[in-house]
Amino acid sequence: MQRHTAVPFWRDVRVLTVFSQVAFVLVLAVAAGFLYANLSFAMRQRGLVAGFDYLNLEAGFEIGEVLVSYSPADTYGRAFFVGLLNTLLVSGVGIVLATILGVVTGVARLSTNWLVNRIAAIYIEIMRNTPLLVQLVFIYFGVFMKLPPVRDSLEFSSLLFANQRGVFMPRPIPSPSFAAWFVCAAFGIGVAILLWRLLSRHPKTQATYVPILSATGALLLIAGSGWTLIGDSPIGIDLPVKGRFNFTGGIGLSSEFSALLVGLVIYTAAFIAEVVRGGIQAVKRGQIEAARAVGLGEMQILRLIIFPQALRIIVPPLTSQYLNLAKNSSLAIGIGFPDLFSVNTTIANQTGQPVPVIMLVMATYLAMSLFTSLIMNIYNRYVQILEK
Amino acid sequence: MTTAIETIGPPRTSVGVLGWLRKNLFSTWYNTLLTIVTLWVIWVVGSGLLSWSLTSARWDVITANARLFLIGPYPPDQVWRVWLVVVIVSVLFGLSGGVWGGTIRTFTMSLAGGYVTLAVLSLFVFPLGEGFVWLIANLVIVLAAYFVGRGRKAWQGWMIPLWLAAFVLTIVLLQGFAKNEWLPEVSTTKWGGLLLTFMLSVVSIVVSFPLGVLLALGRRSKLPVVRIFSILYIELVRGVPLITILYMTQIMLPLFLPGEIRIDNVVRAMVGMTLFTAAYLAENVRGGLQAIPLGQIEAAQAVGLNNALVTLFIVLPQALRMVIPAIVGLFIALFKDTTLVMIVGLLDLLGVGRSVLAQPEFMGLQIEVYIFVAAVFFIFSYAMSFASYRLEAALGVGKR
Repeated sequence: MQRHTAVPFWRDVRVLTVFSQVAFVLVLAVAAGFLYANLSFAMRQRGLVAGFDYLNLEAGFEIGEVLVSYSPADTYGRAFFVGLLNTLLVSGVGIVLATILGVVTGVARLSTNWLVNRIAAIYIEIMRNTPLLVQLVFIYFGVFMKLPPVRDSLEFSSLLFANQRGVFMPRPIPSPSFAAWFVCAAFGIGVAILLWRLLSRHPKTQATYVPILSATGALLLIAGSGWTLIGDSPIGIDLPVKGRFNFTGGIGLSSEFSALLVGLVIYTAAFIAEVVRGGIQAVKRGQIEAARAVGLGEMQILRLIIFPQALRIIVPPLTSQYLNLAKNSSLAIGIGFPDLFSVNTTIANQTGQPVPVIMLVMATYLAMSLFTSLIMNIYNRYVQILEK
Repeated sequence: MTTAIETIGPPRTSVGVLGWLRKNLFSTWYNTLLTIVTLWVIWVVGSGLLSWSLTSARWDVITANARLFLIGPYPPDQVWRVWLVVVIVSVLFGLSGGVWGGTIRTFTMSLAGGYVTLAVLSLFVFPLGEGFVWLIANLVIVLAAYFVGRGRKAWQGWMIPLWLAAFVLTIVLLQGFAKNEWLPEVSTTKWGGLLLTFMLSVVSIVVSFPLGVLLALGRRSKLPVVRIFSILYIELVRGVPLITILYMTQIMLPLFLPGEIRIDNVVRAMVGMTLFTAAYLAENVRGGLQAIPLGQIEAAQAVGLNNALVTLFIVLPQALRMVIPAIVGLFIALFKDTTLVMIVGLLDLLGVGRSVLAQPEFMGLQIEVYIFVAAVFFIFSYAMSFASYRLEAALGVGKR
């Protein structure tokens, strides 16, 4: 005979599961409803609206730095776009430069040269243990704002200028003969790639020999002979010219942009350096000893054994550093660079509608973060496949 | 017959100072070159910095505003309350150092050393008034508490509740009560300087701790609704910059609350930082939860514990112990991030620096002020990261 004792419903896991979830949703709904009721009441009371209609209104304020044409007569939507582009620019350039500096510092941190090793360690510790915002205001107010005025700009062999307004450098511009030379240079690149492939796939030299010399030699030869044959220079140079109040021509980087970029790069590079060091150190000692045993040189060990394995460990934490840099670029408001957040605080103040404005900004940052993680996850998968 | 065997020592160039130099600085031609270039750079930068800081730098901007940098606009006649908080911290640090020993003892001793340094500085460099007496008193208290607590392992269990009680007491002491003669109310808008920086970071980490643990458990919950909510919260917060959250709490928190509840800027900033920290803390705790071997849970279930008890007595204690270094790391990040409240107009250490620079007599001294602010942050952050490193070694995280 089977004794069947029914589990009372208050101890039945299935009932409990459903019940607790319903309860959780109910609590959330009540809390959300309470907050929403307060919000809509407060917004009505203060004449705030929830929509995004403000984006079509005239902005009416100047933005110091723009990548696309913008005037105060444009809409708030356009101003938002200008800020977004500025954020993307400083993050993009910052990520590239921070990676370079970070890798160099990370390798320096592992140097057998005691002095270089210590200097790298001190640099990393100072950067990691002081707030980024303090570094930014120091670089902007303590360094860039202390540069001489335009009149007495610092000058480096009449090419590079630095003053309170920013940094100015020459810009290459294509001249009429550029197209012809470009075809020639493209041909050179093609030949170089072909050479590279053929030589590095050669069964005897495979994987131990990099045809840097032959490939770059071919490229330089073809592109260089094209340059001389065409006659007049295919690339002109637009030099910055000192005007009465500011420089014209060339590439001008405002001191706000430069300070933000320098601050973000040197701060993030310290974190990237630690990531790189950790990745390299995580490669097993036996791998390196085995590589030595089969007769690889030190550079070959670095390139063929350490680097590919370290990369796998490095990519995920590197991704979060890139995300941090992009998010930290919002500190631009501390030094007056018109990035996404800074422009939108102005918009919020002018329209008096902070709620939709801040929502849109948060959504944009979120989208940027998700997009960056997506790209880096794809890259990560690509790197990880090499394992097999 | 034995012959004395002549032993030949290693070549002089491979041992001692010369050997060390050769091995570490001049091993190859490029290392030699690197060493020389680095030495030259150190010389140029170091001598320039030293001569600037000793001759042309005007450090009087720091000494003249010492009180502002430490406590901001906190009423001068109520400063004793801040000193009392320091006394509480001294007592607890002394006791903890005695009871636990190890890394914490190092910290207790560093704190005592800090008091001595500050006391000497206050005699010769910047006047702190009666602060000198308080510093000496604290020195005595921290040492006395250390000797009281030394070796009393039985008190270990009391330390965490004591610290939590001290946290509540600190807030009551600093805040005071409305219409109270002995402890008049000092609203949080009057908190500033280093005091505000500390209070912001400590309040945020303490309050976000339970939230973060709940979110971490929620993210691993079997209930889809709870899990999705936790994931959404964590990923939303981690995907946006802190400054947007601070801005949102500054502007929107008053809108979310019923009209009769009013909270000031500082509390709004605390709410923002807490909401932000909870998401990151949840991720750290989740790392610890995932590292618990399944056998632990199965064994606990086998002896008849239900799910709540397994989590409370088996999983959480082990997981939290494992993530202590990560939480210290998070606290350091939070401590540095408190500077962002300057952007929303609060007078934390950096905000005080900016307001000092607005005084006409101290215009243009940005380098001095910001170097000082950075140095203060560096001292505390470096000490904490050192502690985290030692703790990691002591707990044996990652080495098994």
